Amino acid sequence: MIHFSNVFKRYESGYDALRGVNFHLEREEMAFLTGHSGAGKSTLLKLITLIERPSRGHCVVNSKNLLKLPRWRIPYFRRDIGFVFQDHRLLFDRTVFDNVALPLVVSGGNYKETVRRVHAALDKVGLLNKEKMYPITLSGGEQQRVGIARAVVNKPPLLLADEPTGNLDEALSDELIDLFQDFNHHGVTVLIATHDLRQVRRLDRRVLQLAQGQLIYDSIADA
Amino acid sequence: MKNYLLRHLQVFFYTLGQLARTPFSSFMTMAVIGITLALPAGLYVLIDNIQTASVGWDGKAQISVFLKPGTTQQQARALETKIRHLRPVESVQYISPEAAMEEFKRLSGFGGALDALEHNPLPAVLVIRPGDGHSDPESLQGLVASLRGFGDADLVQLDLEWVKRLHLLLRLAERGVWLLAVLLGLAVLLTIGNTIRLAILNRRDEIEIIKLIGGTNAFIRRPFLYSGLLQGLFGAGIAWVLVQTGLLLLTGPVRELATLYASPFGVQGLDTPTSLALLASGALLGWLGSRLAVGRHLREIEPS
Ligand SMILES: Nc1ncnc2c1ncn2[C@@H]1O[C@H](COP(=O)(O)OP(=O)(O)OP(=O)(O)O)[C@@H](O)[C@H]1O
Ligand SMILES: [Mg+2]
Repeated sequence: MIHFSNVFKRYESGYDALRGVNFHLEREEMAFLTGHSGAGKSTLLKLITLIERPSRGHCVVNSKNLLKLPRWRIPYFRRDIGFVFQDHRLLFDRTVFDNVALPLVVSGGNYKETVRRVHAALDKVGLLNKEKMYPITLSGGEQQRVGIARAVVNKPPLLLADEPTGNLDEALSDELIDLFQDFNHHGVTVLIATHDLRQVRRLDRRVLQLAQGQLIYDSIADA
Repeated sequence: MKNYLLRHLQVFFYTLGQLARTPFSSFMTMAVIGITLALPAGLYVLIDNIQTASVGWDGKAQISVFLKPGTTQQQARALETKIRHLRPVESVQYISPEAAMEEFKRLSGFGGALDALEHNPLPAVLVIRPGDGHSDPESLQGLVASLRGFGDADLVQLDLEWVKRLHLLLRLAERGVWLLAVLLGLAVLLTIGNTIRLAILNRRDEIEIIKLIGGTNAFIRRPFLYSGLLQGLFGAGIAWVLVQTGLLLLTGPVRELATLYASPFGVQGLDTPTSLALLASGALLGWLGSRLAVGRHLREIEPS
């Protein structure tokens, strides 16, 4: 699903955020991306979603060569990736339902199907009864779950998350990570960037560790 | 295809709702556009009206020969006969000072006040219409010259001249209105462009998120284009109301003036084709203004 070989990323400031990163993430795999603050975790996720372009190296995501993908194809490429942000990035002037429906509206789905899928996604994260509420009235954990429902509503084959448990207590974090695991059991490839080593230990999944832009540990390769 | 239209309709009503949600600022923008468009539209209609009013005189030259005071009726009649035999003349009408006074009394409404005059100050007039083949400027000038040669003629006035001058002025004014329309159209473009620019910046987060979840530029653009189009359209609607109201206020005085000149002329408001053209140009300018703004600013907003 994700193939990185010898990938470099230099920001315009001249800072090398990634240096010679190599890894493969197979379809239906689940992995954690760890590392200290500033190690380059978010940068790596941004390359996968084409928020940033790699400076050098070879990236293939979902069978698309990211170096050759023209600008106008980017929106269509992103529809196959669900992205969960640490700060949820919900639209606060729209209801929970409208927030979750956004990816379907964007790709022009018909209304009946949209309603069905939004309900299914909200049901999955346990927020079906709050669809008419505005995000501002929800707790942090609930907002994060709305974000997850939005990420999975169009059933993308790849799910990325950047610090999804950042502000949550342990019980909520467990719930959330279990949710990701559940999606993985249904065939979704999952990559989670996190500081939360407790979750990493709890789940015993593959771990990729970055330090100063280099991949210093891969639990599969090093096993 | 049906889906596509449905989506456009959705965005249309969504945008309408958005405008209604901020009625004050929406109205401000539309009012600015309305006033800006009302100016050239109003002037255009005014000029159009003057042209309609003067169309009856177009080309029909008329020469008035004012006779010297003290010219007797016999002398006048003799002159009338002489003039009638000039080749380019089709008809001559003799208006005696008394008849001229009667007409003036009737049309001016001064009636009784004029009775107070000791004697009639109006001269006798011969009104001459040249024949159809002789209304070109050269023959008319020739005719005027020979009329001036008659001893009893005090003043010979070719009425065509001021009509011609009026037409030239109107044409000039029309050109001016078009120039004004282009400039003010540009102003509308900038007004809408700026409004849309602010709207885009206000919704920066939303645009970033939509880009992140796979919204195409066309999708993001659509509500802004509709917003510009609707604001331009409603602005043109306001301009229409302003122009019609202004004309309505003019109707009374103009009718009085027209009666004074025994003219059936009345103020014509914006007719249907002109109204439609006004609304269409408002909508088009709105769309174009927002298109320019969106094209410039959407590219700058990329998710981070
Ligand atoms: N747009 C940018 N321009 C310049 N430097 C950047 C940019 N974004 C990130 N960096 C730098 O790249 C390095 C890696 O950043 P990144 O956000 O990938 O780290 P991270 O591993 O996600 O850290 P954290 O755990 O704090 O989120 C940091 O030193 C950061 O300062
Ligand atoms: Mg980060």
